[in-house]
Amino acid sequence: MAVDKSTVAHIAKLACIRIPEAQQEALAGELNSILGWVEQLGELDTQGIAPMTSVVEMRLPKRVDAVTDGDCRDKVIANAPESAHGFFSVPKVVE
Amino acid sequence: MARLNELTIAVARDGLAKGDFSAKELTEASVAAMESVRPLNAFITETPERALDMAQASDARRAKGDVGVLEGIPLAIKDLFCTEGVLTTAGSHILDGFIPPYESSVTANLWRAGAAMLGKTNMDEFAMGSSNTTSYYGNVENPWRRQGENRPLVPGGSSGGSAAAVAARCAPGATGTDTGGSIRQPASFTGLVGLKPTYGRCSRWGIVAFASSLDQAGPLTRTVRDSAIMLRAMAGHDPKDSTSVDTPVPDYEAALSGDVRGLRIGIPKEYRMEGMPGEIETLWRDGIKWLEAAGAITVDISLPHTKYALPAYYIVAPAEASSNLARYDGVRYGLRVPGATLDEMYEATRGEGFGAEVKRRVMIGTYVLSAGYYDAYYNKARRVRALILRDFTEAFENVDAILTPTAPSAAFAIGERMDDPIAMYLNDIFTVPANLSGLPGISVPAALTGDGLPLGLQVIGRAFDEETMLRVAGVLEDAAGFDAEPAFVAGR
Repeated sequence: MAVDKSTVAHIAKLACIRIPEAQQEALAGELNSILGWVEQLGELDTQGIAPMTSVVEMRLPKRVDAVTDGDCRDKVIANAPESAHGFFSVPKVVE
Repeated sequence: MARLNELTIAVARDGLAKGDFSAKELTEASVAAMESVRPLNAFITETPERALDMAQASDARRAKGDVGVLEGIPLAIKDLFCTEGVLTTAGSHILDGFIPPYESSVTANLWRAGAAMLGKTNMDEFAMGSSNTTSYYGNVENPWRRQGENRPLVPGGSSGGSAAAVAARCAPGATGTDTGGSIRQPASFTGLVGLKPTYGRCSRWGIVAFASSLDQAGPLTRTVRDSAIMLRAMAGHDPKDSTSVDTPVPDYEAALSGDVRGLRIGIPKEYRMEGMPGEIETLWRDGIKWLEAAGAITVDISLPHTKYALPAYYIVAPAEASSNLARYDGVRYGLRVPGATLDEMYEATRGEGFGAEVKRRVMIGTYVLSAGYYDAYYNKARRVRALILRDFTEAFENVDAILTPTAPSAAFAIGERMDDPIAMYLNDIFTVPANLSGLPGISVPAALTGDGLPLGLQVIGRAFDEETMLRVAGVLEDAAGFDAEPAFVAGR
């Protein structure tokens, strides 16, 4: 199930990364060689083995469902490439 | 006495305690050294004023009798750790101008222990690489050279700037992070000690995330003792990281008794790879002899799924990366490349902000998590990961630690192995299994190649038994007597 140029364009769309058409062919080749190499996992019988979720045998701790910080609007937007009136600003999304 | 910038952490600590010099003098020496190592491109951001302020504050604390375990020690910090008020880039264009309004837990612990920050070190972009050639801020050069050659070599990666800074005697220690070998492999390439703790030992809070189930912070130092000292200050439970483990942090330095009599050391036969250079084979055999001479018992063991660790890693790590890196969208921080619509802005920002290797891994991760492939790739890899952990669990029923080489080669030239991603991935073949299974690993400099480059031996320990691992590493260090120095040393 080789990755072709159109699959690269599809993955790029899913990943929200612009990949110029001229680069898609080369990237397809690279992805194929990596995917071909990881294919060797198919040699292993993993029937009945549960997929690992965590290497640490611990119960995830719970915390109280309470507000623990706030009042830091200026800190939150301090790094924004663009902001206005205390909000992040983005291109118009609603016509 | 050696120049101040060339002291180890333990020696500097004793000198400070005796009043031979002040933290300010020690830090001034490192700041001057930082300037003199600029040709290596080890730092992305230098913070000399902050370093001197912190050193002076340390001297003031000491005068009052308030002395932390790293009191007055200047350190270099990998640019993956968020540092309040100081540019943090992760080696990526996409974090342009990002100044964190908070401090990572690990660095906060270091400052609480009395250390001073010299600056932020260069690294592979988002910690993805084994050669420090994927940084937006340029390649880092290894201070070592092959004998009779002046070709610049890679320092390893991804913590390459940290490794170069410590090897060139600019800082006595530096932080690194290790997702697949990013502390241990550069340590091996630059003649340093590099320690990846057990997953959960150091808080990941405030460290720019790459693959959250694998990432761990750890020290890069010149001696095993220094790594023990630094790890004690870095480690500890943190409620802000739900995977941080709430167990007491031992005094690791106290574990360095030098006594390994009766310890059982596993030698995994699967790490004897075809095509492995003879020098590495010889070094491994020397390591076995050194431990046996010190009274340890070496035991042949089998970790049958070793060859599948790297391919499983290259599914799990990119999958987690594709999810973690989804946050870089040009809205809240960092680079923004304009687009007519919101989607176009995202795509343009990420297309321009990520380098080639990061794009490749995010694309692989997106693919293996996408509908129709999730089970065949991602779940398969997680099942294999369970088998790899089982290999170690069974081995550790019979041994106390495992000895292997750290990397399949010494440092290579900048530009080599760039055409084939898989050839580059093979650098981490001996280090990745410890990440997949969450186990602690340490690389100890143990020999020079025929052309004068350092090689490391790796000790892998039981989960949360860094103490035994450090004890074995200390004995290897003593037996190896590695005292070679790189071609490029600050100020010489």
